[in-house]
Amino acid sequence: MAQIQVDQILDCKGLACPMPIVRTKKAIEELKAGQVIEIQATDKGSLADLQAWAKHTGHQFLGTATKDHIFRHFIRKSNPSEVKDQLHFPRTITNQALEQKLMNHEAVTILDVREPAEFAFHRIPKSISIPLGELERQLDLLSIELFQKDDPVYVICRTGTRSDLACHILARHGFTQVNNVLPGMSAWSGPTERD
Amino acid sequence: MTSTTGVIAMTAKELTQIILTKEKIFILDVRNESDFNDWRIEGENTETINIPYFQLLDGVESIMEKVPVGRTLLVVCAKEGSSKYVAEQMLDAGISQVYYLQGGMKSWNEYLQPVKIGDLKQGGAIYQFVRLGKGCLSYMIMSEGEAAVIDALRMTEIFVQFAEESGVQIKHVLDTHLHADHISGGRKLAEETRATYWLPPKDADEVVFPYAKLEEGNNITIGSTAIYMEPIYSPGHTKGSTSFIVDKQYLLTGDILFIESIGRPDLAGKADDWVGDLRTSLYHRYKQLAQDLIVLPAHFGKITELGEGGKVMAQLSELYRNNAGLNIDSEEIFRIAVSENLPSQPHAYQEIRRMNMGKITTSKEEQRDMEMGPNRCAVHDN
Repeated sequence: MAQIQVDQILDCKGLACPMPIVRTKKAIEELKAGQVIEIQATDKGSLADLQAWAKHTGHQFLGTATKDHIFRHFIRKSNPSEVKDQLHFPRTITNQALEQKLMNHEAVTILDVREPAEFAFHRIPKSISIPLGELERQLDLLSIELFQKDDPVYVICRTGTRSDLACHILARHGFTQVNNVLPGMSAWSGPTERD
Repeated sequence: MTSTTGVIAMTAKELTQIILTKEKIFILDVRNESDFNDWRIEGENTETINIPYFQLLDGVESIMEKVPVGRTLLVVCAKEGSSKYVAEQMLDAGISQVYYLQGGMKSWNEYLQPVKIGDLKQGGAIYQFVRLGKGCLSYMIMSEGEAAVIDALRMTEIFVQFAEESGVQIKHVLDTHLHADHISGGRKLAEETRATYWLPPKDADEVVFPYAKLEEGNNITIGSTAIYMEPIYSPGHTKGSTSFIVDKQYLLTGDILFIESIGRPDLAGKADDWVGDLRTSLYHRYKQLAQDLIVLPAHFGKITELGEGGKVMAQLSELYRNNAGLNIDSEEIFRIAVSENLPSQPHAYQEIRRMNMGKITTSKEEQRDMEMGPNRCAVHDN
């Protein structure tokens, strides 16, 4: 698997249980919600334990890449307030309706605004990755190379919150056919792929 | 038991003593839930709770009330690091004595406890090696300075050392069948002691090393007096499965017949083919043998199968009375019982079979991982 852009890399190579989790816990406390950490470890037990720990704490376990006996675990720090509180953007589409369009082979543009590590491990085939934090910077590129301002665009994230913000940004910049996909990748049942 | 930081290391051997003497112990297992659900330490008087260590990183206060007062407290994890970490916190939280399992479940899985089964008529004795952490049983038969080991486990140094201490030389190493749940130590032990390694040829189609053919008629003698080991062809768990009668007293049944269950016929991928063989071995072949033989199996599935001092044994006639697997009159119901609703297959059993054929070689670390978890060789494990 190629390099995946992350906010922090934590080296736990050579450390035995419980240290990989102890260090991860500490490191994640320093991160901002939504940021992604890569934990490099050699302890085989770290995989099952990190998954179980993430489930217990509510942080999002994205996946693991293994090469040469080194595990690279990716976790995204969750935000306790990252709940569906204010979904303002008026144009929305359900997962099912989008899946139907894909099944009908309609030419749809799916813009995935999650972090690169989330995208790497679980995404809709042919979707485009631009993390929310980089969207404004890449807007010019978008309208020229990827799709036109009047093309229908389906914006997706994990639970609909980041994609809602992204829809606002796109609309503000003159994109007219923007749709927020709800509930998002967390409940996506259509085809997916990974690196 | 040794103490360095106030927490005390308990060895697998010490824990085995506690379980065999049915002493009360409270175990806090801090592995993750899925590992715990897969297999754990069991004993008649053990009480166990599972709270993963990563739920205790902020402190152990939340579980203090669950820990009974005045009972030996043992913290257990996979290797030992996390259990030590939690044990130290419990000490800080005010518990005066906390043990952790030295080497964790890994060393528990590997520990063998020798138990004397009995004396032989012409002198000599038979010992059972109980692997509590996996439910495996090996045997050593000794007489007049010679010994045979049956179904040796991969921790061969234990057999070598036991033979040395007993002043006997290992001459024969035998496997009742090609094992699927654990890595056989047979070939390695035979090489280390320059003994003869015996395998049933019908299980050895694919093995890539030399062996002596274990077949009916090829009786083996230990010592100069008549300690005969008489092979009995008893297929069903595998095609070649062979039992032994030792000293006209003991029947070593391998994985065909256990104390509370019977062998499963599916681990070499041929459940349907071998159901009939299994039925014939259990319902006809064994019936023709002397019914006062003492059955010594290669496994136990439940802690209740352990008798006095940890011995796993029973008279054949008693098993015909009490073992449900020997009391199914209808062949059709028998077929269903041994081929449907079987417990899940042992961890890594395909790799283990290839390993036992000599087709792959692995590091000690990999072998440990392959052998984690329960044996699941019997039909009724639940």
